[in-house]
Parts: sequence; C-alpha cells; structure tokens
Amino acid sequence: MKILVCISKTPDTTAKIAFTDNNTKFNDAGVTFIINPYDEWYALVRALELKEKLGGTVHLITVGGADAEPIIRKALALGGDEAFRVNADSQDSFYIASQIAEHAKAEHYDIIFTGKETIDYNGSSIGGMVAELLDLPYVSVAAKFELEGTTATINREVEGGEEIDSVSLPVVVSCQKGMAEARIPNMRGIMAARTKPLKVVEPVAADTLTSIAGFELPPAKAGVKLVSPDNVEELVKLLHEEAKVI
Amino acid sequence: MSVLVFADQHEGKIKKAALEAVQYGASVAKQLGTAVNAIVVGEVSNDELASLGNYGAAKVLHVADARLNDIEPGVVTKVVAAAAEKEGADVIIFAHNFSGKAIAPRLSARLKAGLVAGAIELPDTSNGFVVKKNVFSGKAFAKVSISSAKKIVSVLPNTFSLAPVGGTAAVEAFSPAINDADFKVKVVKVETVSGEVPLTEAEIIVSGGRGLKGPENWGLVEDLAHVLGAATAASRPVSDSGWRPHHEHVGQTGLTVRPNLYIAIGISGAIQHLAGVNGSKVIVVINKDPEAPFFKAADYGIVGDAFEVVPKLTEALKKYKAN
Ligand SMILES: Cc1cc2nc3c(=O)[nH]c(=O)nc-3n(C[C@H](O)[C@H](O)[C@H](O)COP(=O)(O)OP(=O)(O)OC[C@H]3O[C@@H](n4cnc5c(N)ncnc54)[C@H](O)[C@@H]3O)c2cc1C
Repeated sequence: MKILVCISKTPDTTAKIAFTDNNTKFNDAGVTFIINPYDEWYALVRALELKEKLGGTVHLITVGGADAEPIIRKALALGGDEAFRVNADSQDSFYIASQIAEHAKAEHYDIIFTGKETIDYNGSSIGGMVAELLDLPYVSVAAKFELEGTTATINREVEGGEEIDSVSLPVVVSCQKGMAEARIPNMRGIMAARTKPLKVVEPVAADTLTSIAGFELPPAKAGVKLVSPDNVEELVKLLHEEAKVI
Repeated sequence: MSVLVFADQHEGKIKKAALEAVQYGASVAKQLGTAVNAIVVGEVSNDELASLGNYGAAKVLHVADARLNDIEPGVVTKVVAAAAEKEGADVIIFAHNFSGKAIAPRLSARLKAGLVAGAIELPDTSNGFVVKKNVFSGKAFAKVSISSAKKIVSVLPNTFSLAPVGGTAAVEAFSPAINDADFKVKVVKVETVSGEVPLTEAEIIVSGGRGLKGPENWGLVEDLAHVLGAATAASRPVSDSGWRPHHEHVGQTGLTVRPNLYIAIGISGAIQHLAGVNGSKVIVVINKDPEAPFFKAADYGIVGDAFEVVPKLTEALKKYKAN
C-alpha cells in the first residue's frame, strides 16, 4: 500500500487573526503554526492505521516555504516515512494541486488523502483538483474509509446524513472527523523523524487562477442584550419584534 | 457569454442551497448583462425544474438519467463542462454544499477556471472579478480575485435569503454521452435522516454543550427546537463523548452553520466553537456563568441555569406560537 498525505501549515486554532501590509498579508507575528487539523487528525492518522494493518509506505507532501519544515517533521514523527516539500509559496489552490499532481504522477499512489479543508483558507478544493488532474475518482468529506483488497468502502457526508461509496483504488479522498482518532507523537517517533528523508523539490510551471486581493475583519458585535431569567417572555418579544427571526 | 448554475437535488427535490445558487447566478448574470441557465441531473419532475424560473433561471438543462440521481463527481464534472460549452458559459455557479465541494474543484481543474469556494457576497465586477469569502473559519474575510477567463463560484448556503420572482423556466432535455465505465465511485447506500432539515440549511438551530451534563437531558434542547421548527446541534465535546451524533458537531472542526437564529445552551463559546457559528445572523446564549466568552459574541443572553430557563422559554414560545 502506498499512500500520499497532503499536509498544510495553518495557524493554531486559537491564533489571533490580524493582517498587515494594508490588509493583504496575514500577520504571523507571535503565531504558532500547526498541521492543519484535518490533515493531521484524520488524513494522516488514517493513512498510518492502514499502513500498520497492511504494510506499505506513507509519503507526505506540502507545498510551501522552508518555514513549513517543522510541521512536516511533526508529521514524520507521527509515523510518515518520507516527506516532500515543493518549494513554492502560493495561495492559489490550482497551483498547489498542480504541484501535488505532478509529484503523484511519478509515484503511483494507491491512495491520496487530504484534509476536508484547511482551517485558514477554507477552500475544500485541493483533493478534487488533484483527482481531476490525475483522472482519479474522488470522494469528498469522508468520515470513514475501509479497505478490502483493492476496494475501498467510504462514507462521505451529504446534507443530513451519509452516503456510502464503493470504489476501486487508486482514489483521492478528503478526510474529516470520524476517519481516525487523533494521536500524539512519542519520543521514539520524534527521534526517528530527525533522520527521515525530507526532500525539497522545485515547483513545475503551473497556472495561477486566483489571488487574494485583501482581507477584512468582521465588524464587532454591538454587545449582548441581557434578559432576566425570570422574564423569558421578554426574549421571545425581542426575537420577534427587534431581531425578527421568529 | 452566460452564467450556468449547477442545481443539485435529493430525491427529486432541488435543494434549498441550490435555489440560493440559482438566485445568486441570476444576480451575477444581471450584473454582466447576460442570461442565467441551470443544469439539473437525475430524475426530477418538469414542474420542479420549471420552478427554478422563480429564482431567475431562464432555461433549465435537464439530464434525466437515473444513474445521476446520486452524484459521481467525475461524471457530473464532465456533464457540467459539456453544458457550459453548449451554453457558452464563462461563469459557473455551485452551492458550497456537499455536492458543490465534490464537483466544483474537479471542474475548476478541468476547465482551468479559477474557483472561489464559499462566496458570501456577489462578485465585484467593477475591476476584474473579485469575490468575498470567509477565511480563518469565519474569523475573517478574503477578497479573492479570479484571473482566468472562465470562473467558478460556489455560494455559501444560508447566506442569501430567497426572494422568489414568480417566473417559469423553459426545460430542455440535455443528453451528453455518459459512459458506464466513468462511474468509478459507486453509491452503495444513502442514509439521510428524512423529514429533518439538514443543519447547514436550517433557519434556526438550538445547540447544546457540556453544560447540559449528559445525553439524558437533551429533551430540553429537543423540546425547544420542536416549538421553533429548529434543527439541533452540539459542541465538540458533546459529540466526542457520544452524547449526540457526529453530524451535529458544529465549530472549527465540525460543520459551519449560518442560521438566522442560533441558540446556544450550556456552551462556553470557545474560539473553535465560535468559528463554526459566528456567521449566524442572531445569537442567543443561555449560560449560568456571566463570564462565559460566548456572551461577547451574542446578541441576546440569559445568565441562568439552563435546566430552569430553557423549559420556561419553551413554554413562552409555545404561547407565542399559539397566538
Ligand atoms: C484544534 C481544536 C479544534 C476544536 N474544534 C471544536 C469545534 O469544532 N467545535 C467545538 O464546539 N469545540 C471545538 N474545540 C473545543 C473547544 O475548545 C471547547 O473545548 C469546546 O467547544 C467546549 O465545549 P462546551 O462549551 O460544550 O463545554 P465547556 O467548555 O465545558 O462549557 C460548558 C458551559 O456550560 C455552562 N453551564 C454549565 N452548567 C450549566 C447550566 N446548568 N446551565 C447553563 N449553563 C451551564 C458553563 O458555564 C460553561 O460555559 C476544539 C478545540 C481544539 C483545540
């Protein structure tokens, strides 16, 4: 079994969100970066579980600058075998997907896992794009992945429930909660990660289809209106007359 | 040049998020001085298809193929690409729901059409094509510029309220070649809770947290939800402990919801929870701790014990509804 897990570097979930350079750049001063939670908790851990059960290798790939290396080392410490960093700085999903697809073409993976989205850009796009570029089947927002020979049974989320899909490998899957239980790296893993291969590859030429023109912060809330617990009728009235939501 | 909207359906009924996408497409078309058409795949009645005119669609291309009742993203990508070519569509719109997430990125790569996933405003076409979307899980917005000739936008559900215009769309059969061999993802079974509003489409959500102490107390949440015709949700520890099913988990690592009204009961309002709900139009917080961070993000609040306040609120709403 040969699995590729796509890893993205994102700000910690509690990071203060602020911008610099006339609101065109995320202000990363003092921000801790982590592996995008969907990539780590679900995509990577499920890949590791499959490897432990069936044998094989788990490769990691990230498209990003050298500052992504600490999070890639952490993914190696969790149990990835070999990592690739495509040395490019881009915010365009198609450009990133093109780099991943280019790498995957030569490696013939059985499974390519991504997280269902990153918690910074919230694009939900890389997996589907990679699948199209490689002409592979794609199952999005999956909560369960079981393998029987070369046939995967995958539960994917749909409005108000789940769809159960059957698909022959190779396949691209974007992962969410339910796929696996989060793990923490142990000392042995951390030591081993230091010597595992982390290859830096230069990007191939690819189109950039989108760019971020600027960021905005949401307007501050006006402040909460408190209602006495002994006067819930007042809340009903406010919701009806003022907020007009009931 | 025209605008094409992929309108997805479930069991023959066009989803609400898809209607929102059609209406969005109609507004974009108006902005660009062109027409908007829709494409629907799977078995759907003619009346249902024609009703898309109510949201501005001039014409509906219908691929009445039972194999497409469920979505195979690779196949539907080809079908939508064929429809876009037939109609000369440069702008293609999806709902940013589960179907949109499955298909829009594939189509983007296929057509080399830049994608903005989860639009919350109409595009600004005064200088290029710039679309606003949520980033950092709702903690900020980005204005994303699409530079490719073809453009794809998926619309965040529950962002634009529906305003029917009372039209009827022309329905046209469309039958691009579809090979059985292309159905690489086989749908074995669909398990949806029928009769319930999906969380991402719900107008009102009543959500419970660890403050409710245990699953046995969820009647409180359900009763309140029932009088309001609301869907129920939960914080992450609640679903992690198995008090409530996983699909009710909202927040940064769960679903992002944007109802008109979000009522949070016994939820502290941790930043990761807020990330999934801060797009709600009105937030009501019921918490016994006046220092709970959720009050800072709320519009209305009651500082009190949920076990006393919620039944009283349910009764008061029953009386209000009865009048
Ligand atoms: C990477 C990461 C991702 C996360 N993602 C999510 C996510 O997607 N969604 C999510 O919800 N959380 C998420 N969390 C967890 C989050 O940080 C909080 O731990 C969680 O939201 C707390 O849930 P809670 O409010 O139900 O419980 P608590 O924090 O325990 O709060 C319970 C609240 O109930 C109140 N209460 C107690 N008794 C009563 C009573 N009788 N009446 C009224 N009020 C009462 C208390 O005052 C308290 O405010 C994430 C955390 C991390 C680190």
